Amino acid sequence: MSSLTDSSLYQLTSTRFRLFFREPEAMFWIFVFPILLAVGLGIAFRNRPADVLQVGATSTQLTQALNGDKGLAAAAMGEGEGAHELATGRILLLAIRNDEGVAYKYDDTNPDARLARLLADRAIQKAAGQKEALQSSNNLVHETGARYIDFVVPGLLGMNLMGSAIWGLGFSIVEARQKKLLKRFVASPMPRWEYLASYILSRLVLLVIEVIAFLGFSKLVFGVPFRGSLWELGLLCVLTSLSLSSLGLLIASRAKTIEAVSGLMNLAMLPMWILSGIFFSATRFPKLIQPIVQALPLTAAIEALRGNMLQGMSLSQLGAPMAVLAAWLVVPFVISLWIFRWR
Amino acid sequence: MSSHIQVLSGTPPKSAPSDSALSLSGVRKAFADVVAVDGIDLEVERGECFGLLGPNGAGKTTTIEICEGLTTPDAGGVKLLGLSWQTSAAELRQRIGVQLQETQFPEKLTVEEILRLFRSFFRRGTAAEETIGMAQLEEKRRARIGTLSGGQKQRLAMACALVGDPDLLFLDEPTTGLDPQARRHLWDLVDQLRSAGRTIILTTHYMDEAERLCDRVAIMDHGRIIALGTPQQLIASVGGDHVVEFAVGTDARKEAVDARLLTAIPGVRAHRVDAGLHQLSVVELHTTVPRIFSTLAEMGLKPSEFRTHSATLEDVFVGLTGRNLRDE
Repeated sequence: MSSLTDSSLYQLTSTRFRLFFREPEAMFWIFVFPILLAVGLGIAFRNRPADVLQVGATSTQLTQALNGDKGLAAAAMGEGEGAHELATGRILLLAIRNDEGVAYKYDDTNPDARLARLLADRAIQKAAGQKEALQSSNNLVHETGARYIDFVVPGLLGMNLMGSAIWGLGFSIVEARQKKLLKRFVASPMPRWEYLASYILSRLVLLVIEVIAFLGFSKLVFGVPFRGSLWELGLLCVLTSLSLSSLGLLIASRAKTIEAVSGLMNLAMLPMWILSGIFFSATRFPKLIQPIVQALPLTAAIEALRGNMLQGMSLSQLGAPMAVLAAWLVVPFVISLWIFRWR
Repeated sequence: MSSHIQVLSGTPPKSAPSDSALSLSGVRKAFADVVAVDGIDLEVERGECFGLLGPNGAGKTTTIEICEGLTTPDAGGVKLLGLSWQTSAAELRQRIGVQLQETQFPEKLTVEEILRLFRSFFRRGTAAEETIGMAQLEEKRRARIGTLSGGQKQRLAMACALVGDPDLLFLDEPTTGLDPQARRHLWDLVDQLRSAGRTIILTTHYMDEAERLCDRVAIMDHGRIIALGTPQQLIASVGGDHVVEFAVGTDARKEAVDARLLTAIPGVRAHRVDAGLHQLSVVELHTTVPRIFSTLAEMGLKPSEFRTHSATLEDVFVGLTGRNLRDE
């Protein structure tokens, strides 16, 4: 009984691993799904060269002038036809030659149409002989770290950490309770804290595999930047996973059936999927609900992960989100130890 | 209907209560407004195989779970191996082995893995391999639990209870739901444990199981112990070693049966009617049966059915409650 492998904590933890790796579906959701999601989003939101804007003009002279700008593609058409093309969205702007000069017909609430208006007017004025008052030149920049994929990878990482923590704990604890295995365990001399600790330990080991697989893929395929310290990023992942595991434990602490715990898990995770800024910034939500949004553990986690990866912030600059995560670690854990149903 | 007779308690405890394996005094437990256990006193000796027998809902599982420290009684005292749950829970957990009624072990673990896991909880005990041998699961050592038959799962549950080399073993309905062959297999296992001198407390609603396995039996009904003793003593308390059953056909004839004349026959100890079937407790078949025939003939009756069997615990239960064990 002296060796490590005979200790109950080791046995409990390795049991968790065995059960996890013998469940192919769980492996898919935790390891494969986030990578598939990143690939899909990477393709959908890849950066394309600036679009050429379609416009129309009522005279050949105007059409030629408009085509002089690389950003515009112009076609000649009558006013009636042009109005129809505008209405169906095939062109963004119609330039109409009249006695005074030129009139532009466009929708000023559409940003692309406003851009077309600026480009068209510049092209026509230039063709009419206008000179630039000030000489200007362009330096073009395509920087990594400002792309959508760079923004969404820390979001997906946070979402994945939440899913594996809450699903991982919720389902297996409630299944053990439903099958009276928990009751059998408490009828044995098993230390109860070791049972809960075995979940945390196995989670931390799986976390390493999960995070390295996902971030490694994002780095290799999309060249996502890591501007902060990698150790600190690792620490943030651990803190995130522990906080959400603590929430998972609370969710699983009373439920007697898988159906009941599934409902509770969705209830806990759905607001975070929507509000926590996985796919777009959480600050876009109205001011009124910001206190709620900012108090969610996933919001804090994603904010900290983005701060580290995209802005290269150090832990000392991420005090606020880390404090939120720490609170979510301690409070649900204490409550669940108190209310946990062992049978 | 139910006559709460305290049949003489088998071998009365010779030693002081603190030396017994299990001692219950005045134990009560109610769930909401249902009284599950209604004042139970019990002493179990070390080395004894003790059975709690009764129909479903009699309070057997609640009683055994109170003993196992899984349920706290509303009133009364519980001592195991001279220790109580309030003061020595950790020590007791190390020294008892428990098999619960409805445990489902994780299907994707193997027999060996679950036994190693349970072994790791105990300070001392039997090696997982040895326990596998004891439960005759050698061939299934590396098999996943999901592939085991009902009987094998039950033997595995027993192996998990034995892996800590317990001083006191609790088995809650160990053979419920098993086919006859698997039951006999499990009985052999319990026999081996008995002869190895282990103290075993088991619950069952099979009277043949209690009769076959137990040194002493407590018959429970409605949360009380209504009879306590060795199976032989309990059966003797019915008033005879044998039971004679007969029927006399149509309703008109049934009324012609005079119970007083039947009980007056020498050797007949008791008479009762169950669903048209007359049952007589009889001491000596060879002298009494001819007398029963002649008495029936005097009443002008001819039995349409007639059979005899050795008295069983079932007859004891029917005699005490007027109901069959399986009625519930």
